[in-house]
Amino acid sequence: MFAKKRYAEKAVMKKTLAMHSEKSKRRKVDDNVQEGAIPAYLLDRDETTRAKVLSNTIKQKRKEKAGKWEVPLPKVRPIAEDEMFRVIRSGKRKTKQWKRMVTKATFVGPGFTRKPPKYERFIRPSGLRFTKAHVTHPELKCTFNLDIIGVKKNPNGPMYTSLGVMTKGTVIEVNVSELGLVTPAGKVVWGKYAQVTNNPENDGCINAVLLV
Amino acid sequence: MASGNSVMCLLADPEGKPFGNPLYLPQNVGPSELNILVNNLQNNDEKFPYAFYVNDKELLGQLGAYLLENNVSVEQVLKIVCQPQAVFRVRPVTRCSATITGHTEAVLSVSFSPDGQHLASGSGDTTVRFWDLNTQTPLHTCKGHKNWVLCISWSPDGKQLVSGDKDGHISLWDPNDGKANGSPMNGHKKWITSLSWEPSHLQTPSRRFASASKDGDVRIWDSMLRKCVMCLTGHTLAVTCVKWSGEGLIYSSSQDCTIKVWETSQGKLIRELKGHGHWVNTLALSTEYVLRTGPYDYRTYQFSSSDEMKEAALTRYNAAKRDSPERLVSGSDDFTMFLWEPSINKHPKARMTGHQQLVNHVYFSPDGRWIASASFDKSVKLWNGSTGEFVATFRGHVGPVYQISWSADSRLLLSGSKDSTLKIWDMRTRKLREDLPGHADEVFSVDWSPDGKKVASGGKDRVLKLWMA
Repeated sequence: MFAKKRYAEKAVMKKTLAMHSEKSKRRKVDDNVQEGAIPAYLLDRDETTRAKVLSNTIKQKRKEKAGKWEVPLPKVRPIAEDEMFRVIRSGKRKTKQWKRMVTKATFVGPGFTRKPPKYERFIRPSGLRFTKAHVTHPELKCTFNLDIIGVKKNPNGPMYTSLGVMTKGTVIEVNVSELGLVTPAGKVVWGKYAQVTNNPENDGCINAVLLV
Repeated sequence: MASGNSVMCLLADPEGKPFGNPLYLPQNVGPSELNILVNNLQNNDEKFPYAFYVNDKELLGQLGAYLLENNVSVEQVLKIVCQPQAVFRVRPVTRCSATITGHTEAVLSVSFSPDGQHLASGSGDTTVRFWDLNTQTPLHTCKGHKNWVLCISWSPDGKQLVSGDKDGHISLWDPNDGKANGSPMNGHKKWITSLSWEPSHLQTPSRRFASASKDGDVRIWDSMLRKCVMCLTGHTLAVTCVKWSGEGLIYSSSQDCTIKVWETSQGKLIRELKGHGHWVNTLALSTEYVLRTGPYDYRTYQFSSSDEMKEAALTRYNAAKRDSPERLVSGSDDFTMFLWEPSINKHPKARMTGHQQLVNHVYFSPDGRWIASASFDKSVKLWNGSTGEFVATFRGHVGPVYQISWSADSRLLLSGSKDSTLKIWDMRTRKLREDLPGHADEVFSVDWSPDGKKVASGGKDRVLKLWMA
């Protein structure tokens, strides 16, 4: 019993001695200077790093000239016309089959009015029309709910682009004014391209990744 | 109409004291005639320019036109407040004259010396660098810190620069040759948030300065003895800002929502100013600009002896302070600011609400008339410097506004923001005057030189930009 007590005391004594010797020992200070220096007023704040300003405009202009853009989804599954459109029969005997209804998500724009129903060939049902997209910033890894300004290019063909159909891989233009981005010239950026990453007709929402 | 031709006016100074008896003035007088009149009444040797305010609105045209617009009755005595303005005029900077690289990490703080001859900057690459203003190139690189240099501060006599870093070490530097005055001084256990020198009218050459740290103490150091003279403990959380006032008191604001007032001979706590609901981020004194520039003003930069400097600093300080006690404004994370007269009262004089996000930086104008506040809600607000009433909002930034700086004549205000632009706002028109884009990333620190000729800004893109008119 006493042996145990003495053992415990000896252990504590050894520990305190080690602590004291540590204080007097000179140790080489390893300089771990972290990256991402921020001023004193931002130190205690947990802010997400925001998107960097638009990259070099010369590079962008060169890319535009070449017509080639690096996109996250370079290849998409080709979509057949009978998957995209459903035939609508019309007429008194329901024999006319020239109308088509789009079965994928579309974007029509704020000033859209239908053509007279007798003459419209492509029907875009209002249930499949979307105005907002969930856009993810690839570097910040945060998602914003942004308004769609327009459909830039649908890889399945120019007809789908003009109809405003959004399938996986479509490049759309979104309103990024709430991100507060500024060009090197000092102008505020309010529109940026994003590429759709899901199948909106299956999920009911449009997920896209911002092209920086 | 006899009564339509002249108006009974009473000219008063900003504190409300009238310049004489009420007198009849014809309706076609404008600011220029009023200027001559006031200068004669005051028997000024130098003709000071004045700005005239009726009911807090500036009088820009003729008196008669103003009366018609605002339907002011001519039967009552019209009180016209005359604000003296700075004699010299600072021109707004418009172009970036130089982009100087040198730092290898983000520039965290930029500061001009009080006489406007030297420029220093502290950065995340652990160096303090001095820059030559004439050739716009790097002058000295001062290595000595082992972690990010968070704050720098010039002594009011311009002879020394002190810098504090993220480990809590403090170093003194000589601007002429870039050498350190001895090894770094330790004492604080966590990073330094703020540094403030003793004003030069209390002591010349400048010896003592105060430092605030995240560990909750404020320490007073002596630069000659190179050690900590006093340690003022009391705050329970980080001290965010420390200011040494011209009356010999030290004000410290902290994350524990209080501001403590200390006296400097023995380090005793005099008063505690409570009122904020969240962290107090920043403090500003009404005489801060004068304390920072010490004896130097736009006319004189050379002094023959330290006594002369002390006297010059004292005259400038008394002129800026006039008869009223020093005012203190504090900005906080609870989106409001308080205006205090700490040497008199522990209750705030006014509460300034209106911001929609936390207030990051507040600054009195050099003549003490205005208070400007920069907030994370992308706006800069202007308030009356003596009453704390809201005057105007400046909107234009698309990101949180980090720091602001006044021009030496109090006519222009500069703001730097996370959206990488700097903007200059005009006090007379209350609108945006100049937009200065050019930085590639967030702007962390801005400074306007006390002689009004240059603006320096540094940020996350690691370059220092000098702007000129």
